[in-house]
Amino acid sequence: MHEFLFGTYPYIALTVLAIGSIARYERDPFTWKSSSSQLLRRKQLILGSILFHVGVLIIFAGHFFGLLTPIAVFDALGVGHSEKQLMAAVGGGIAGVMALIGGLMLAHRRLSDPRVRARTTFADTAIILILILQLILGLATVPISFEHLDGVEMAKLMAWANGIFIFDGNAASYIEEVNIIFKAHIVLGLTIFLLFPFTRLVHMLSAPVRYLWRPGYQIVRTRKQNPVKG
Amino acid sequence: MKVRAQIGMVLNLDKCIGCHTCSVTCKNVWTSRDGVEYAWFNNVETKPGIGYPKDWENQKRWNGGWVRTKSGKLQPKQGAKWRILANIFGNPDLPEIDDFYEPFDFDYDHLKSAPEMEAFPTARPRSRISGQRMEKIEWGPNWEEILGGEFEKRSKDYNFEGIQKDIYGEYENTFMMYLPRLCEHCLNPTCVASCPSGAIYKREEDGIVLIDQEKCRGWRMCVSGCPYKKIYYNWESGKSEKCTFCYPRIESGLPTVCSETCVGRIRYLGVMLYDADKIQEAASAAGEQDLYDAQLGLFLDPNDPEVQAAACKEGVPHDWIEAAKKSPVWKMAMDWKIAFPLHPEYRTLPMVWYIPPLSPIQNAAEAGKIGVDREMPDVKSLRIPVRYLANMLTAGDEAPVIKALERMLAMRGYMRAKTVDGVIDLGIAKRVGLDPLDIEEMYKIMAIADYEDRFVVPTAHREAVEDAYDLRSGCGFTDGNGCSSGSSGGKLFGSRKAVTPTEAF
Repeated sequence: MHEFLFGTYPYIALTVLAIGSIARYERDPFTWKSSSSQLLRRKQLILGSILFHVGVLIIFAGHFFGLLTPIAVFDALGVGHSEKQLMAAVGGGIAGVMALIGGLMLAHRRLSDPRVRARTTFADTAIILILILQLILGLATVPISFEHLDGVEMAKLMAWANGIFIFDGNAASYIEEVNIIFKAHIVLGLTIFLLFPFTRLVHMLSAPVRYLWRPGYQIVRTRKQNPVKG
Repeated sequence: MKVRAQIGMVLNLDKCIGCHTCSVTCKNVWTSRDGVEYAWFNNVETKPGIGYPKDWENQKRWNGGWVRTKSGKLQPKQGAKWRILANIFGNPDLPEIDDFYEPFDFDYDHLKSAPEMEAFPTARPRSRISGQRMEKIEWGPNWEEILGGEFEKRSKDYNFEGIQKDIYGEYENTFMMYLPRLCEHCLNPTCVASCPSGAIYKREEDGIVLIDQEKCRGWRMCVSGCPYKKIYYNWESGKSEKCTFCYPRIESGLPTVCSETCVGRIRYLGVMLYDADKIQEAASAAGEQDLYDAQLGLFLDPNDPEVQAAACKEGVPHDWIEAAKKSPVWKMAMDWKIAFPLHPEYRTLPMVWYIPPLSPIQNAAEAGKIGVDREMPDVKSLRIPVRYLANMLTAGDEAPVIKALERMLAMRGYMRAKTVDGVIDLGIAKRVGLDPLDIEEMYKIMAIADYEDRFVVPTAHREAVEDAYDLRSGCGFTDGNGCSSGSSGGKLFGSRKAVTPTEAF
């Protein structure tokens, strides 16, 4: 079971994430959207959404660099495991609380406001509740981290994440000993990857950062086959 | 000089009777679907009033349109690009649906299914969004129709700027006009500029501004960017929608639905050639009152051989240049200077223009209530304050509006003398700087308003832009996702079944 959940399941989840997203983008671009409900009800959205999104973005960046950077890089930079773990626990903890407060506000709004609720799909409700649960699990790991600040457990998790991405067949074995909370957090995280293409989460792949360097403000489309350059 | 062509529109407010035929036919064709029942791509507002959505003209509140920064550059009033992106999680300038109105329907079925009871059954309202009972409708489409509501509320109208508005609340001084509104298909659209996804674009060949439904991600910045609030977020599909200028009809040389069905024949469509290289400069004119003239400076005379040659070089088709010569929009905006852009101070360079209304003056003049300047009523003592019209059409500059109103009065005076008294009154024409031929043409186009004089729309040249071979057994106009209607059969990706306008026919 352990081997399946941490050795095989990651590949299933990541494959569905990649192929599912490509298929949806290709087959059903009309459904690719952020599904904002701000028009229907402004109340609770602005504050809730900002807290949630900023928190999640910080957490995402933290996990991305924290887990996928090869351990050797940190060693070369002279960042000790214990310092890195402290940084992750404090930074992740603050961002996690932000995201959790925002997420609870958004979930409350979504379920209690009649307008928003009437326009909510099963996937919308499910994904916000799963994300909240995941945030709670993630925050629950913070006290565990403070129990042993040597960074050994964190190094195991990094080795596992690195291992998955370099197709290390023994990856699952690196985290056999870690706390059950970490394991639950990982399994749920992989499940979020699995569900990703079927929910509104896909909008994060369209984060419009290119807007910042899009030349000028205006866009004119021509249908001419040989447009006059000028 | 980069010559481009656009189909522009002029609405002669002097003839608008506020019948809403344009709005209703437009709605039947384009927005009779879930998610956009609150959206009116075309609506008719009674002015003075705060309009739809509430107070839309007040950009201090909504931050639509552009601002000229201290360095003379333009940026959207809601913020530069980084600011727009920073607001993406929660857009502080986005109206709520109640600012438009909560769409509702009535329990019609109850009228026939109610059990026997003492009182007559009634059809009570129900929200189209939540499905819940609405006890009291507080606001709805066209709530201010024919000066509905108290003057106290209507007087929040932004166009009262600089006017002693209190006296217009009194019964004997009250005034009213209609303002039909649709997307302005601007030369410098803020919606396009505000779209982080780059989904909104202006078409090079006819100037129509459209939203690519497959690229739109629903970031909703266009809604707050547009100062006319003519972009609507479809809460069912999660995409923004707007007036399409009925492009499938325009491409076939037909007028838009709103123009075609206008019973008052107030709408005109025609080609305008403009210099795309000068747009930025014109929109950045220093003073707000310079913008009207700056926009006039963009338009190119289709009778000028140099312009014709440049247009040919840019690929503007020959028949479009010919159509531009006969364009009623050119005549009204450029030759006679009786049509004006709506709120030029938003710096969007709008392409739907308005002829200010005249009738209330003459009625009052005939009743002997205001001064008469020789044969013509004195425009400065009108029932609708000139300043009010100027605030709407020229950023408050009264002179061009006065000139336009005088020309329209002169046309009436001249034609009355000619047809009633049998006299050609050259003096009246000369006084407003027109010659009798101009006046006769104004009369033909504005008063008679034959179909072919109102709508000079050349067909699109599809042969130049499409390979017909690739279009075999294509599916024509759809709402995204190739030939499907925008939802995958098994609903794998959670889309609801969308009904496209073509399916609704």
